[in-house]
Amino acid sequence: MTTGLDTEVENTPASPAARPRRRAGGGLGRYILVRFLLIIPTVFILMTVVFFLMRITGDPITAALGGRLTPDQLAQRRAEAGYDRPLIVQYFDYLGGVLHGDFGMSYTDRTPVSEILTTYGGATFELVVYAVVVALVAGVPLGMIAARTRDRWPDAVLRVVAILGYATPVFFVGLLLKLVFSVGLGWLPVAGRISTRGELTMGTILNPSPFYLLDALRLGRMDVLMDVAGHAVLPAIALGVLTGGIFLRLVRTNMIGTLEMQYIDSARSRGVSEARLTTRHALRPALIPIVTVMGMQIAMMLGGAVLTETTFEWNGLGYMLAEYMKARDYVAVQGIVMMLAVIVALSNFVVDVVAALIDPRVRY
Amino acid sequence: MSATRSDIRSPEPGTARLEITDLDIHFATDGGDVHAVDGVSLSVAPGEILAIVGESGSGKSVTARSILGLLPETAEDSGAILVSGTDVVGLSGRRLRELRGEDVSMIFQEPSSAMNPVFPIWWQIGEGLKAHRPKITRKEIRAEAITALESVGIPDPAERIDRYPHEFSGGQKQRIMIAMALALGAELIVADEPTTALDVTVQAEILELLRDVRDRFGTSVILITHNMGVVADLADSVAVMYRGSIIERAGVQELFANPRQEYTQKLLAAVPHLGRRSAWTALSTQQQQEIEDAAPVVVAKDLVIEYPGRLGRAPFRAVKGVDFSIRAGEVYGLVGESGSGKTTIGRTIAGLERATGGSLQVLGHQMNGVREKDFKPVRRRIGFVFQDPATSFNPHLTIEECIAEPLVVHEPGQTTTQRSQQVRSLLESVELPSAYATRYPHELSGGQRQRISLARALVLDPELLIADEPTSALDVSVQSTVLDLFRDLQARLGFAALFISHDLAVVDSLAHRIGVLLRGELVEDGHGPDVLQRPQHDYTRRLIASLPVPDPVEQAKRREAFQREWGRGATD
Repeated sequence: MTTGLDTEVENTPASPAARPRRRAGGGLGRYILVRFLLIIPTVFILMTVVFFLMRITGDPITAALGGRLTPDQLAQRRAEAGYDRPLIVQYFDYLGGVLHGDFGMSYTDRTPVSEILTTYGGATFELVVYAVVVALVAGVPLGMIAARTRDRWPDAVLRVVAILGYATPVFFVGLLLKLVFSVGLGWLPVAGRISTRGELTMGTILNPSPFYLLDALRLGRMDVLMDVAGHAVLPAIALGVLTGGIFLRLVRTNMIGTLEMQYIDSARSRGVSEARLTTRHALRPALIPIVTVMGMQIAMMLGGAVLTETTFEWNGLGYMLAEYMKARDYVAVQGIVMMLAVIVALSNFVVDVVAALIDPRVRY
Repeated sequence: MSATRSDIRSPEPGTARLEITDLDIHFATDGGDVHAVDGVSLSVAPGEILAIVGESGSGKSVTARSILGLLPETAEDSGAILVSGTDVVGLSGRRLRELRGEDVSMIFQEPSSAMNPVFPIWWQIGEGLKAHRPKITRKEIRAEAITALESVGIPDPAERIDRYPHEFSGGQKQRIMIAMALALGAELIVADEPTTALDVTVQAEILELLRDVRDRFGTSVILITHNMGVVADLADSVAVMYRGSIIERAGVQELFANPRQEYTQKLLAAVPHLGRRSAWTALSTQQQQEIEDAAPVVVAKDLVIEYPGRLGRAPFRAVKGVDFSIRAGEVYGLVGESGSGKTTIGRTIAGLERATGGSLQVLGHQMNGVREKDFKPVRRRIGFVFQDPATSFNPHLTIEECIAEPLVVHEPGQTTTQRSQQVRSLLESVELPSAYATRYPHELSGGQRQRISLARALVLDPELLIADEPTSALDVSVQSTVLDLFRDLQARLGFAALFISHDLAVVDSLAHRIGVLLRGELVEDGHGPDVLQRPQHDYTRRLIASLPVPDPVEQAKRREAFQREWGRGATD
């Protein structure tokens, strides 16, 4: 009885138990579209909440000038700015402005909020990108090593490193770095995004973008490039170390989980090497939850960036937010918080898409 | 032509595929040293299928894993494990990796978790190939993956190698696992409960495939299982493990016909054997008449249960118009494979899911459109026993608190002493010492926990008990005592019961009436003997024929009959 299972099978209809065919193409496109459209209500809700929260605490004029002007003068100023109208009217007025890209005018320095956003938003974005790179380069491989050497000494050391990384306040790390590398060793600049001379050279460029590194590259001047990069090193490390510590723990925990899965033993039983099991077989499934948390972390970094930017006088959104808050410029604060909300929503969207690309089961 | 099963090869030294001598395995745990395997010796000849049977904790899986050097770091092994002449004990690094896959490969219990969910099939097959042939090209890998899938009967292999594991059914995944083992040319396959997670009709196909692989390639198989029906179906010889030692080894027919050890005899006696024990025929004619005349407690008419789809998707129809009734004092056995809707029906009767169409009367209440407020008084008249005793208890409550929980909810007037008394008398009736009341769930064994589960379901003296696979997580001997207990209690207390199971033999030994579900439809409904001996639906016949009975001679005949009717091909 030499059977040919293979020949008989061809006559068998395809399995009813097997799921219907759902290939990547249309499903993924639809998925991305749905996720993208979900940004709109998210941002809308955030915008509404921010608006009303700001107004609950009073109007910007009373906040900024209260006590310095007489009540009559205050009322007059309020009326001029339209703050005496019913809240709901102001709200729709604000919404209408936002739809046209008009976020209002900052009260203290009379700059359109949209301009603040592009200029300083670009700076923050640049800083966060550097910091994410630092965090990834440090956190992911170290996390893998920790998972691999679980409960042995390298893991113990790395766990302490991770805790130090995310438990030490950003401004403290920043000050320490400045003290050692700028003041002490004099290797790197103390603060700012660029030196005055660099700024002057940079001023010659047409259509400057908010991204200094990009402009320096366009300029093609090595000295400017080094200048810009040198200024970014310490802030990037200060902010990156914090997130890197979190990434390390995250990668470690998830990799320990996937390394214990049966498919790892299954691949091991077919002779796959331990190194490959770690870097390929266990890493990719572990990335699914990691990517989700990373997205949230990047959003958190914008919060962390306020401290970093202040420490290094990096003129980004966080730095400006702190400045405007001190000046009680609610219009500007509202605009910046809005911007941060949009960035959070966008990064969540990117996370969802990346997770779907990694995990073939997330498709619909 | 397959080797005849009666001839037990005693291989010459050195020619065996596997030769284990004096294997000892210790685990260093927080609670001290655990001696998991104690002086095991065995050998497997080319083309031999050796079954290692035993209950959980007997050391059978640890033995199996040691053959591939897959023991955890806390384990320490001594003795010798010769795989094709190479000793695996103490082997590590490159030489161990070379051996894995090429000389010996492994198939796991849960095919869904034995495959990496985020890589396509061809890539996973390729990883094994690459480990042994570093220079292999992507094109060669894909070609070999197609051949491998073809050899285990996966239709359309050229197209399907690009799919991911979740796109295959459980049986197909297990086929692919076997294909991966074959792709590397392993001469010895260690199969750790390869069919336990599969439905019985799929199990029959996988067993057939393993037999076929042995016949075609002369592959030796070590089959780790607790299912004596599977042993009777597939094995040439059997080793019985008990507390880390092999206490008996014999040819399969010899072992079943003439078990020498008392433990083996008990083990075999505990296995439910299809058609040997019918709950319905065990009743007197008068008792049968009483049940027939009793008023129904559950009546389903054209019952439909749907799960809502995600936004913009059609709902999933789990139960598609089912009619049945359960009378007072009657045990209704609901049989079906995974996804057939049997659990959904049980949960809907208990008010845990919503009926979405047709009519379902439970203890006089219409469940279609019922409101929680109206259902609450009915709830106390229904008991529920869940499948997994490990997860159905709150780990932070003592046994007494677990059992007394329904009393707290439904009998708020009771004093603590009254409750405590009731719990203790219940513990007694499920044959556990009342001292267990103060223990926590994790301190109990699976069988004990399932008794507690039963006690909890019975604490309010229900008129209807729903038991969803209450014994499928238990060892055979434990299962048989829990089933005995269930039978006793049902006869004594006279509650009606819905007993959900995938195992026809278990259901027949317990249920007066049997319903067979197939993809949400009830295809068979009748008394035990009628369903088993005169099945009306083709699927029921197939289900009965697929279930291996724990008797190699009878099973060989059944298998032949099965093949005459349905062939040997893959249909899953």
